[in-house]
Amino acid sequence: MPQAIAKAQKTPFIQLLAAGENPRMDLENLLIDNRSNIIRKWRELILASYPEGTQRFLAKEKSRFANPVGHVIDRDIETLFDELVKGEGIDKISSCLDNIIRIRAVQDFKPSHAISFVLGLKKVVREELEGSPVENGLWGQLQAFETRVDDVVLLAFDIFSQCRQKICDIRVNEVKNQVGRLLERANLVCEIPDSEAGL
Amino acid sequence: MADTPKPEELARIDYLPPLFRGWMNEPAEIRPGIYCYASKPKNLEYVDMPNPREWNPVVDDWKLPDNWQEIILDGIRERLEKFRSFKLFMDICVRCGACADKCHFFIGSGDPKNMPVLRAELLRSVYRRNFTVGGKIFGILAGARELTEDVLKELWYYLYQCTECRRCSLFCPYGIDTAEITIMGRELTNLLGLNIDWIAAPVANCYRTGNHLGIQPHAYKDMLDFFTDEIEEITGIKVDPSFNRKGAEILFITPSGDVFADPGTYTCMGYMMLFHYLQEQGLDITWSTYASEGGNFGYFTSHEMAKRLNAKMYAEAKRLGVKWILGGECGHMWRVLNQYMDTWNGPPDFLEEPVSPITGTKFENAKTTKMVHITEFTADLIKNNRLKLDPSRNDHHIMTYHDSCNTARGMGLFEEPRYVINNVCNNFYEMPLETIREQTFCCGSGAGLNAGEDMELRMRGGLPRANAVKHVHEKNGVNMLACICAIDRAVLPTLMEYWVPEVNVTGVHELVGNALVFEGEGERTTDLRGEPLAGMEEEEDV
Repeated sequence: MPQAIAKAQKTPFIQLLAAGENPRMDLENLLIDNRSNIIRKWRELILASYPEGTQRFLAKEKSRFANPVGHVIDRDIETLFDELVKGEGIDKISSCLDNIIRIRAVQDFKPSHAISFVLGLKKVVREELEGSPVENGLWGQLQAFETRVDDVVLLAFDIFSQCRQKICDIRVNEVKNQVGRLLERANLVCEIPDSEAGL
Repeated sequence: MADTPKPEELARIDYLPPLFRGWMNEPAEIRPGIYCYASKPKNLEYVDMPNPREWNPVVDDWKLPDNWQEIILDGIRERLEKFRSFKLFMDICVRCGACADKCHFFIGSGDPKNMPVLRAELLRSVYRRNFTVGGKIFGILAGARELTEDVLKELWYYLYQCTECRRCSLFCPYGIDTAEITIMGRELTNLLGLNIDWIAAPVANCYRTGNHLGIQPHAYKDMLDFFTDEIEEITGIKVDPSFNRKGAEILFITPSGDVFADPGTYTCMGYMMLFHYLQEQGLDITWSTYASEGGNFGYFTSHEMAKRLNAKMYAEAKRLGVKWILGGECGHMWRVLNQYMDTWNGPPDFLEEPVSPITGTKFENAKTTKMVHITEFTADLIKNNRLKLDPSRNDHHIMTYHDSCNTARGMGLFEEPRYVINNVCNNFYEMPLETIREQTFCCGSGAGLNAGEDMELRMRGGLPRANAVKHVHEKNGVNMLACICAIDRAVLPTLMEYWVPEVNVTGVHELVGNALVFEGEGERTTDLRGEPLAGMEEEEDV
């Protein structure tokens, strides 16, 4: 059994939150210690956004070529989580979001559903924290973490918009590429050649 | 062992039989971005297709004839009697699910009704209700359902989300060809005038003018004249194609996309250069401005329509008195030829068994159809050392190859294109085995779905292909994707632009044109696209 999973099972999140029980008592360490649990639940939440008949395939098929959607979700939410916990790496976060959202932007999701998986992380983390003592000082850190998640939602919105814009652009480009040179070839127009641009 | 369910998973038994899980009673929501625009009445009228009228898939009233159910059921009955395969495919599926996750549309969309088994089940359920005793008696218990308007709309929506690529059929233990079910289903929708215009317009144009775009003979010749000038500008060589020449030995037929749509146009220039190169060695070949289309969108309409359009190619071969036909880089043209032509319009006894006039090689595989694929022809030339090639002229390309579904699964053409590419290029990397050759992933836009309004469908359907391209781009630096299908050349650039924008698309004979060394030609500084060759970047900048 991988060490991280063993540790997560041995040390429930809620117990770790009880002040003084863990020498590395801060939210970042708690999230790292419970990394595999949180990612697993987050992944389940994302897969639940797909029809029932599809979820098993996305979860079980391990080939990255037979199951690109499941593979991207698996790989990129791990990186997303790690970068969010560290609170840095905007480029990596953007890249992971792009990989996931580029897919969801062409699937049967409403725009809000396409990016709502980011907020799902807040839900998962809060569920893990449920019932823990408020006064232990971690809530401030949790609020900061959730703000970072909110920022990532905004980034996700930008990326979703870019993907949809791209769909419009490529529709136009396809037509342009197919017929763009027809007039020239049919000798109906004579454009200024590039080499004479400086004359 | 990773797939072995855990005890707690096994304990979660779902007592609901699959057929009660709701899919039968959930009408399809016809979504923008997924469906293609409806056929226009003029295009149906021109080829005598039924029920021509203006209609819109997202408007409730599809303007069906009053007896539309009778028409569909009679249509199913007729096809069950005519096609043994259809009857078998309706009866023998055990819903094992082997095909379920093999469809690029399911993989990319996650929509279960895109599982080939379920897409076929949409039609099978109607078949069971009306043509099997079990279905008539037990109804939904036997997986049967009434043919309602909602069912018809659902059927239409998903039949036009299948590219007939046949990847699913590869994995079926019973050999069910789900693409054939789509073909039959589409025939049925055409009985009610329910085609898409991206198919209906090319069919009408091809029937009247000879090609999908309705390009008239003089315009066709003008385009090749333009390519002649471009080739001369780049290579200093003046090619001189001949048109509609009676008594030529060989007739060349290629998709009109090669003549009118980038980047297929560069492939067309490659053909022209090859033919010119071989003239001295005795190649006697003509183009036709009438048989100006290799593609056959009739195949996405009905067997009868496909037969009518296919016949035109052979009629032109007969008119010109050629010995055999050489075919360009096209996809479904070859599937039609390899699997259907002989039954529809064969055997063309007025033609001869193809023999390469350059090497003397007999193309025995084309004994009955009398039509040879150009990569077979060129591979034979290279094998017999009849072409002087400089592969370094393609050194600015790091190549991979997409097996077009129809040439790969439809006729088993795997080696010849690779052999040609490896002789005209120095840098070639294969995509992972599970995504090429007979397992190749579709471009996501075939079988008439390469319209613009269904762009989301195309992007999700092309995801598995693009995903494999992305892999070799990241691993090997691949920047060029070769293919031998005109639809691929039209749609893969768009697919790449969305998923892997660093990769361009080419036909194989564009690469041949780049590498071909003519006697006495000057030093080339650019490829056929006018882009600098490797090491020539500075000279182009001056």
